[in-house]
Amino acid sequence: MRKVWLLMRKEWAEVFRNRLVLFTVAFLPLMLTALPLVVLSATRSTGDMSLMSASDMPSGFSEMCGGLTGAECAQYFFVSQFMLLFLIMPLVIPATIASYSIVGEKTTRTLEPLLATPITTLELLAGKGLAAAIPAVGATWGAFLIFAIGAAAMAISPAVLGRLTDPLWLLAIFIVGPLLAVMAVSIAVMISSRVNDPRVAEQLAGLVIMPVMLVFFGQITGLLFINARLIVWIAVGLVVVDAGLLAFATQLFQRESILTRWK
Amino acid sequence: MIRIDRLSKQFESNLAVDQLSLEVKVGEVFGFLGPNGAGKTTTLRMLCALIDPSAGRAWVAGHELGREDDQIRRQVGILTESPGLYDRLSAEYNLAFFAQLYEVESVAEQVERYLRLLGLWERRAEAVGTFSKGMRQKLAIARAMLHEPRVLFLDEPTSGLDPEAAHLVREFIGELKEEGRTIFLCTHNLDEADRLCDRIAIFNTRLLALDTPAALRRELYGRSVVFHLRQNAADFVEIVRALPVVHKVEPVDNKLVLQVEDPEANNPALVRALVGAGADIRFVGELRRSLEDVYLRLVGSAHQD
Repeated sequence: MRKVWLLMRKEWAEVFRNRLVLFTVAFLPLMLTALPLVVLSATRSTGDMSLMSASDMPSGFSEMCGGLTGAECAQYFFVSQFMLLFLIMPLVIPATIASYSIVGEKTTRTLEPLLATPITTLELLAGKGLAAAIPAVGATWGAFLIFAIGAAAMAISPAVLGRLTDPLWLLAIFIVGPLLAVMAVSIAVMISSRVNDPRVAEQLAGLVIMPVMLVFFGQITGLLFINARLIVWIAVGLVVVDAGLLAFATQLFQRESILTRWK
Repeated sequence: MIRIDRLSKQFESNLAVDQLSLEVKVGEVFGFLGPNGAGKTTTLRMLCALIDPSAGRAWVAGHELGREDDQIRRQVGILTESPGLYDRLSAEYNLAFFAQLYEVESVAEQVERYLRLLGLWERRAEAVGTFSKGMRQKLAIARAMLHEPRVLFLDEPTSGLDPEAAHLVREFIGELKEEGRTIFLCTHNLDEADRLCDRIAIFNTRLLALDTPAALRRELYGRSVVFHLRQNAADFVEIVRALPVVHKVEPVDNKLVLQVEDPEANNPALVRALVGAGADIRFVGELRRSLEDVYLRLVGSAHQD
């Protein structure tokens, strides 16, 4: 465990000196937190929205507005469209850090001396994986906290605030978020282990946000709505997927192929 | 200290190392020479437990490869072909990180010791990315030494360094030798190998030769004596060829190059014969073949095979 911690500290000391990584970790959460807050602020005035009723909302969503006035339901609807952005953070941030930290070791030729030390493959992957996942989860949770504070100030009513911070979203942020981060890290490790060109690894790892983007667009176009049942199913599915991906990524990360594949 | 028994490595269709067998003694500086792509780095990586052999066995510092890889990694230090340092981190951080991975007891003291020893202490807080190539190489050597390994694998330690930096590195290797460490040195620099190594192996996928540099010279070229004459050397070829101790005669302008059996014992007779035949001898010396001659002849023969 000590070596895992050592590696994590080294990763953070190094990757956060990289502007691209720093930008991703710092700017992305700020931007993705600002969007729902802007929507909250824009829908704060109850003027026109006071005339709305839950039946004005898409049919799948209006069922989730039980107990809310039309204006409250409208604000909840508009803001919830952007809540999924909080699930992009745990995908993009670790994918960027993990790609950089594994591919970066190879491009700077530091991987060989590192692998020559008495560190096990599991310690190496755990150190690099946690170093990538923890900032992502921390940034996601921090961003949601900022959002929750903003929502407390800008929600039309405590009922809307209650909906925006109900167990559905807490489950999404505090359980699904870390599970997505683990998935992103595993995929980044797998890609880094297999491709010949480090640049390709970085670009391919960026594709991990595709599933969340599909859900995001599905919700915006009214094809699906995020509800508690869907989130629970996503969480259960991610547990299974993550277990498989972690095992597969560990198996794929062969010291020999990593050292000899890339020239 | 290192025992290799028919070690082979196959990468798909490419046979990189073919049944290599050799031994490296404790405290020896062992040169491992060969052309690019000969399999030197692959051999070194196998011996450092970085990649698995396809066949054969090896023991490093008393531990068997493939069975006690963790012990091997603790006992060996490796200087890779490229220094491989974290450019954004300081020299001190780079060393401290590796010292902790190697579970060195007094990290700060050991880091300071090697930074001072290699003249980098004053710049310990600077990012390694600002260092010159020579400084980076010295730092990489320090990293390889932090855990006081019994065996040190050095892959092209002076490659790309300016003469002054290369000299410093060679001096340091000399000091390590005096400390009794076993050093396995992969190099293209034949002069360096000649000066530093107790024994050398010439290798091109398979072992071509293994001995001390002097013995290899003798084995391939015998011992040659050069007589510098005032006259044309060709006039005296028949005189010396008649002597049974002379195996080969080669006249070059006014120099007579003779391959002679036991020159210390037979040179007086040769001098007498030449003087008796009217030669004016200006100077007598031994022709010292370079390790490059030996290397090119062996590697060239291997290519022809």
